[in-house]
Amino acid sequence: MPSLRATAKQSRAAWHFGLQRRSAPRNDGGFVPDSGFTPVGAAWKGLLVPRSLGVLLLAAAIAQPSAQAADPPPENRHSGYAFMGPSLRAMQDDDMANPASLWLQDGETLWRQPAGTAERSCADCHGDATASMRGVAARYPAFDARNDRPINLEQRINRCRTTRQQAAALHFESHELLALTAYVARQSRGLPIAIKDTPALHPFVEMGRRLFYERQGQLNLSCAQCHEANAGRSLGGSTIPEAHPTGYPLYRLEWQSLGSLQRRLRNCMAGARAAPYAYGAEAFVDLELYLMWRANGMPVETPAVRP
Amino acid sequence: MTRPLIKVPQTAKRGEIIEIKTLISHPMETGYRTGLNGLTLPRDIIQRFVCIYNGTEIFSAAFSPAIAANPFLSFFTVAAESGTILFQWRGDNGFSVTETADITVL
Repeated sequence: MPSLRATAKQSRAAWHFGLQRRSAPRNDGGFVPDSGFTPVGAAWKGLLVPRSLGVLLLAAAIAQPSAQAADPPPENRHSGYAFMGPSLRAMQDDDMANPASLWLQDGETLWRQPAGTAERSCADCHGDATASMRGVAARYPAFDARNDRPINLEQRINRCRTTRQQAAALHFESHELLALTAYVARQSRGLPIAIKDTPALHPFVEMGRRLFYERQGQLNLSCAQCHEANAGRSLGGSTIPEAHPTGYPLYRLEWQSLGSLQRRLRNCMAGARAAPYAYGAEAFVDLELYLMWRANGMPVETPAVRP
Repeated sequence: MTRPLIKVPQTAKRGEIIEIKTLISHPMETGYRTGLNGLTLPRDIIQRFVCIYNGTEIFSAAFSPAIAANPFLSFFTVAAESGTILFQWRGDNGFSVTETADITVL
């Protein structure tokens, strides 16, 4: 049966962007029980309505995309922070106890350190990062006219390195790139995520959304099946968060290191027994963009701590 | 490359109980894991930490392979007199890091 949940989400996005979906409605995974009662929309989780009423609501949503069909309102979204215990929260909140501070310290050093044949440091162009980089990370991934597609913060930093500093690009997940990214993103801590709603980004958000709802891997799972349909419940000993990437790069206890969002996504894909995309792959950036767009308005926590 | 982070109050009243926090970058490789080549990764841990306040050892810790990477320590002492607090980490493969912090006791 066509899923009302998927359709509600589609019209949600249509409302946000003021455009209609181009692709056909998609089944988001068949979690909807065939009982004559149909849950409508993730924001209404737990609320059951008779199917006939659901159809009416659906018709209304198609005819006139309303606020009801919008993304879950901010109070219904939770950062992974909300699912952590008090000791982990304390670890994130105290800069001295947060191991990511070690990367921030290195990031600050790298910011002032000349690199490449241009012998130029980040600070030579951008000055004091606390002022110039404030709010920047909250806007990434952002549309890049040169590539004619969005790039993420790591790629933006490497762009500066290769073009302005004339230095070699830093490897993804290298200590240096993580340190610089964390240092730049730290300057946005507390500011709301603000992915720009520009037409140029729409196809890529749409692509990321498609990836989020697409089943993949030997376990045949979509991101949404865990992170929307079962968010807040347990997977083994861990609580499944809602997949709002508010604190990247973050320190993960399991990694005993700082890591990027793409590293986290690769973990998830491997968990679903799918072949992870390569670091920096276009599909990853699209997915990153969609997740950040989905978290629009939530405060940046970088560098967060997660189990 | 990474310097340890240390938090000591710059000033304290005489007799006040102060909290000292330290965070150091270290892999704390256990010696029990196998690497990608199938061989056991050699142990590489911090073995001992000492804190010396004006020549007197006020705190020390023996580390084991079960301690996580980038170890964080927090401990308390009494602010007795102005001076220097020295921190030293020593470990496998000749690892040795020393840092100092000054404190003024009013």
